[in-house]
Amino acid sequence: MLARSGLRTARAFGSARTSATRNATRNASTQSEGAASWKNTATLSASTALAIGSCTFYYFQFGRSVHAMTPAEEGLHATAYPWEHEKFFKTFDHAALRRGFQVYREVCASCHSLQRIPWRALVGTMMTVDEAKALAEENEYDTEPNDEGEIEKRPGKLSDYIPSPYKNDEAGRAANNGALPPDLSLITKARHGGCNYIFSLLTGYPEEPPAGAVVQSGLNFNPYFPGTGIAMARVLYDGLVEYEDGTPATTSQMAKDVVEFLNWSAEPEMDERKRMGWKVMAIGSVLFAMSVWVKRYKWSTIKTRHLQYNPPVAPGKMNPRQSRR
Amino acid sequence: MSGVLGGIYNTVIRSNGVFLSAIFVGAFATNLAFDTGSNALWDSINRGRQWKDIKHRYMESEDEE
Repeated sequence: MLARSGLRTARAFGSARTSATRNATRNASTQSEGAASWKNTATLSASTALAIGSCTFYYFQFGRSVHAMTPAEEGLHATAYPWEHEKFFKTFDHAALRRGFQVYREVCASCHSLQRIPWRALVGTMMTVDEAKALAEENEYDTEPNDEGEIEKRPGKLSDYIPSPYKNDEAGRAANNGALPPDLSLITKARHGGCNYIFSLLTGYPEEPPAGAVVQSGLNFNPYFPGTGIAMARVLYDGLVEYEDGTPATTSQMAKDVVEFLNWSAEPEMDERKRMGWKVMAIGSVLFAMSVWVKRYKWSTIKTRHLQYNPPVAPGKMNPRQSRR
Repeated sequence: MSGVLGGIYNTVIRSNGVFLSAIFVGAFATNLAFDTGSNALWDSINRGRQWKDIKHRYMESEDEE
């Protein structure tokens, strides 16, 4: 009781004090209104200008993106093509893989190796066993050393890897003016833009380099190649190969087929990966829905309970409406 | 509803051996059914794209030889 009355007096004093100060400030602002508002406006404007200025200075100093290379050195960004085999639920078109391997074998293989693909990988994806065996036997491989330590030659087997056009990288450089033709096994993974980049590169050679472009001797102009000077000349021309399934061998058709083949050589597991992937997503979503239901079921008693708390009341001050939830 | 649940309880769940074997058989059956159905759906989405769809073109010529 004593404490409560003390509080009340303090509150009375406080209210009196606040009303007094409020009167004082109001009087002060009414007396010198013109000068104070001019100063306030100037201070506010100056600080705003300072804030904007420092932000602008900081952005120009540190915020702008910096390019180490010119756009020509970066290379033209490849067009995004709607590749059918890049869709979530689509496999490679294996007829296209077969055509693409034909293009690789007849065109690309004279300079580019495909070191990570064995002949056996072609069986069941784009060739029958007998076709792949016949292709492997056209090449010679080293044998194990015999009793005299001699290493002889034997025809290839399915377990051998596709032979490279050059013995080693130095031989490849020496035959191509110092430019090494890259190995194509993982090329779609190894180049920014993947399939789009390779397709654009193969089909993007202009008839003549544009005016003002500097092309070194021995190089060819291709806007998609970083630096625009590429040692590989245009190789794909209409009718260069003859497809056995009668598909017209246009430049873009051959480029599309060989790009799909190179994507297969970089990701031979893609078909199986996508098939397993969507099964996992299907089962996983069912299990997730079940786990959500089980959680709600187990928590239902806790979520729907009602807590009631009646605080102890001081004696003599009983108020039945003071019960709280 | 309760009659059905009671029937399931009496026939399957009451005996531990029957319940355990029902779980195992059910797991195998579900796996078989899901794999068969999903593979069939996959093959129908990718009709004509996979090797098994086009290999007859190249196998037939060898049978003739």
